[in-house]
Amino acid sequence: MIAVYLILLIPLAGMVILGLVADSRRAGWINVRCNAWALAASVWLAVDVLIHGPQLSSGQLLYIDSFNVYLVALTAFVGLTTSIFSGPYMAHEQEAGRVNARRLRLYYAMYQGFMLAMYLVLTTNNMGVLWVAMEGATLATVLLVSLYRTPESVEAAWKYFILCGVGIALALFGTVLLYFAAEQKLGIGGNALLWTVLHENAAALEPNIMRLAFVFLLVGYGTKIGLVPLHNWLPDAHSEGPTPMSAILSGLLLNDALYAVVRCKMLVDGSLGTHTAGYLMMGFGLVSFLVAALFLHRQTDIKRLFSYSSIEHMGLMTFAFGIGSPWATFAALFHMTTHSLTKSAIFVTVGHAAQLAGTQRMTKIRGLILTQPAIGWGLLIGTVAIAGFPPFGVFASEFLVLIATMRDYPWLTPLLLIGIGIAFAGLFRHLQTMVYGDIPEGQTAIPANLWPVMIHLALVLWLGLSIPGFLGNWFSQATQLISGASPF
Amino acid sequence: MAIAELSLYQQAVLLLAGLIALTSFLMLGQSRLVRLVLVFAIQGILLAATTAMVAYALDFPHLFISAGLSFLLKGILIPIMLQRLIYRMGLHRELDTIEHPARVMMGGAFLMVFSYYVSLPVVAHSPLVTLNAIAVSLAVVLLGMLLMITRRQAVAHVVGFMSIENGLFFAAVVSTYGMPMVVELGVAADVLVAAVVFGVFFFQIRESIDSLDVDRLSKLSEADKP
Amino acid sequence: MAWLMAILQTLLFISLAPLLSGWIKRVKCRLQNRKAPSLFQPYRDLRKLYRKQPIVPHPASWIFRAAPYIVFASTVLAASIVPLVAINLPTARIADVIVLVGFFALGRTFLVLAGMDIGTAFGGMGSSREMTISSLAEPAMLMAVFTLAMSAHTTNLSQAMNFVLDTGLVLRPSFVFAVGGLILVAIAETGRIPVDNPATHLELTMIHEAMILEYSGRWLALIEWASQIKLMIYGVLIANIFFPWGIAQTFTLNALGLGLGMIVLKLAVLTVVLALFEALFAKMRIFRVQEYLSFAYLLSVLGMLSHIILEAAR
Repeated sequence: MIAVYLILLIPLAGMVILGLVADSRRAGWINVRCNAWALAASVWLAVDVLIHGPQLSSGQLLYIDSFNVYLVALTAFVGLTTSIFSGPYMAHEQEAGRVNARRLRLYYAMYQGFMLAMYLVLTTNNMGVLWVAMEGATLATVLLVSLYRTPESVEAAWKYFILCGVGIALALFGTVLLYFAAEQKLGIGGNALLWTVLHENAAALEPNIMRLAFVFLLVGYGTKIGLVPLHNWLPDAHSEGPTPMSAILSGLLLNDALYAVVRCKMLVDGSLGTHTAGYLMMGFGLVSFLVAALFLHRQTDIKRLFSYSSIEHMGLMTFAFGIGSPWATFAALFHMTTHSLTKSAIFVTVGHAAQLAGTQRMTKIRGLILTQPAIGWGLLIGTVAIAGFPPFGVFASEFLVLIATMRDYPWLTPLLLIGIGIAFAGLFRHLQTMVYGDIPEGQTAIPANLWPVMIHLALVLWLGLSIPGFLGNWFSQATQLISGASPF
Repeated sequence: MAIAELSLYQQAVLLLAGLIALTSFLMLGQSRLVRLVLVFAIQGILLAATTAMVAYALDFPHLFISAGLSFLLKGILIPIMLQRLIYRMGLHRELDTIEHPARVMMGGAFLMVFSYYVSLPVVAHSPLVTLNAIAVSLAVVLLGMLLMITRRQAVAHVVGFMSIENGLFFAAVVSTYGMPMVVELGVAADVLVAAVVFGVFFFQIRESIDSLDVDRLSKLSEADKP
Repeated sequence: MAWLMAILQTLLFISLAPLLSGWIKRVKCRLQNRKAPSLFQPYRDLRKLYRKQPIVPHPASWIFRAAPYIVFASTVLAASIVPLVAINLPTARIADVIVLVGFFALGRTFLVLAGMDIGTAFGGMGSSREMTISSLAEPAMLMAVFTLAMSAHTTNLSQAMNFVLDTGLVLRPSFVFAVGGLILVAIAETGRIPVDNPATHLELTMIHEAMILEYSGRWLALIEWASQIKLMIYGVLIANIFFPWGIAQTFTLNALGLGLGMIVLKLAVLTVVLALFEALFAKMRIFRVQEYLSFAYLLSVLGMLSHIILEAAR
């Protein structure tokens, strides 16, 4: 259990140190090293949980089981690779004059602050602390979205703050209702907010109150996932912030919000016995999936394009978790991994492409593959991966979702297929000209560190070809936990 | 239980709950920012008083700490911060005109009825005496949201946001007699940091669009731009 | 016996009304650091007016001549319903609070018609303003009254007061809101600052005075007396419904004496509050009266909602 305390202490120490370090280059290095240590601690924790099973810390404050341990490892991994990319990238931005040293200090400190909030969301056992950490993640990143101080970024950050803040306030109401339902049966005291205790006694909780609480929790945390119609902050916040911020917001924060919703769903299913929570999630997820796929066609900004792609995939995952069958849950967990890896890789590439072309508008970005093949190929392969082409991992997970839907709700499968088709078309119609068009004048190659992109895409390819044994085991254990049965 | 059967202190809790709902309505109708923040401060103080009354009447000593915390934070600290910001930005002479105040008030009354309807299943099967007030707490949350929707000044948005948090805290007090201390402290810390970040934001917004009328923040949209 | 008591109470009511006016004027003058006229000056004014010959303008119809009597009669009937010193009187049993509102409406209608009857500009202006205000104030008053009625399960005034007396000291949020709404409505209906200045001589700012500009002599006396009685009715309503302690529930001399003493005390306190209100606030512009009255309505609705949400038994 020391590993889990380490995972929380490292980002905390990192945040404090980075708040004091003034030199940006050194700050970048310290950032990378903190993330590396956090990754090591998370791997240690993962091994621990694999061998010994779910672990509860003393005082029942922290709880690690197979569901959140792999998310912790994923968070640490993506955090590390993004920070490797972010060092030279932010240095380049500083040279270009878009940020100064003071703002970079805030950036690095809040990077670690954000990682701390993420780890806390994933490892805490207390539903109230989960809420506090989620709000903390919003607060840590909101000043970073407006880092460039352009009018658009200030507007995006304000929208992000207000919409997510209000949404999360509803989630707090849901948490209060949850606590209320629990107190009725479990008595007053800190125990009534612990997930482990609630999960054990789920059947005893009053169904009416739980249903009401779940609606509030879904709407609240759903705002942070980016479910339509609560998604309005997402394209703005992900596109106006610095690229490393977009990468970790898209790759990590959305996952953690979905994790919170699934944890609540597990409680509500135990209490209600019916499929209501699942239907709600399916409804929101399907609508998000279809609406986002349609919106992809209208985009003119490259980062907004991929933000809508994030909304689409999160909608798909919510839909799959909503179905709730073992296959669907397995698919959703797998998709969380592949999407996170692919999306963060894409955003890194997109950031470089925007730096190369000097703008984020897709009509102005041309001829990437000719100017700098690494970026061009990276973008092409990344988009191919995220659109769901075999043999990449996203194809495998989407395929599994389709199978699961066909099994339980065959009439919804055409909708999914149409959505996937529309999204594919939307992504590629923009991509074609960006990658292959004529080179505009004065476009030269820039120094770029594309190793993180290549590692991520290679991992996604590997996952698409064959899921390694331990990972498959992990997923099926988590599936067992969430849906009550294993897919195998 | 009908109100006549409760003890005097419990009646006082319900009376204070009614007054908190009144402050929410008053905030909806305030067009001057300084007075808006003042009414918000009164709401915070009433909230602290209600918490203290519940702590005394129903014998939950740990709620006294929550009462003190919310009094300090929401009755004093955040209103003072907001007032100073208002004076620094020169907003104390501006009028944030509310379009159609009558419609807004009717909307507020409708939201109160709606929150009563929503909380019916919660209240039906519980013996807690103060639980009637949970409809009021949900109403305060929804009225805070209505406040945010009907205003254009960023400061009014922040007051609405804080008022939502007030409603949530109130819900926790009347239904669960306060959340566990660690959660309360976390929420209080979040609220404080949020207030500070909002303060920073006002200056950023002012720098970029030269006013705090957030209707002017409309550069990002879905429509194709020329 | 009870009927005799009822008639005596009504007579007491209408004879005390000018005294109340004199007391308000006295308090206001003290607050404004002026020398006040005697407490009994309104009586002298009424007597002076009664002796003078009334003058009828040419275009006047029978409405102009009949209106003062109708206004006075309806106000006296309203005064007979409201318990002043004792409850459980037979007059109180005949009619309830909705009839009370109806009596006020009857009087107001004829006063408004009389204002328009002559065809002068000021009369018409006063009438239209009065109707605007009352059309907004009546729902607020009714809502406040319904709130009370929902708690007491009756609209009859003396039964409602019995109910409040029987249940003892209960802090009801709905009553707090209802009394707030009712006070605001009372100020609007009786034409006090901040809605209407009763002592103004500027015709363009008048509401109530504009309607009665053409009246003189005994008709003016009757109308003035009626408006004084109306003010007292509202004061007694507020004092006795929401703070009924001390009112006589039996007809013994002791109880009646205590009842009289208590109501005099309560009215004295209420009028000090009213005078303070008048001294602190300026008269509102006419288009702002609707905001004021919607606030009164809001308070009453909140009272109703808090009754249903917070007080009703589940």
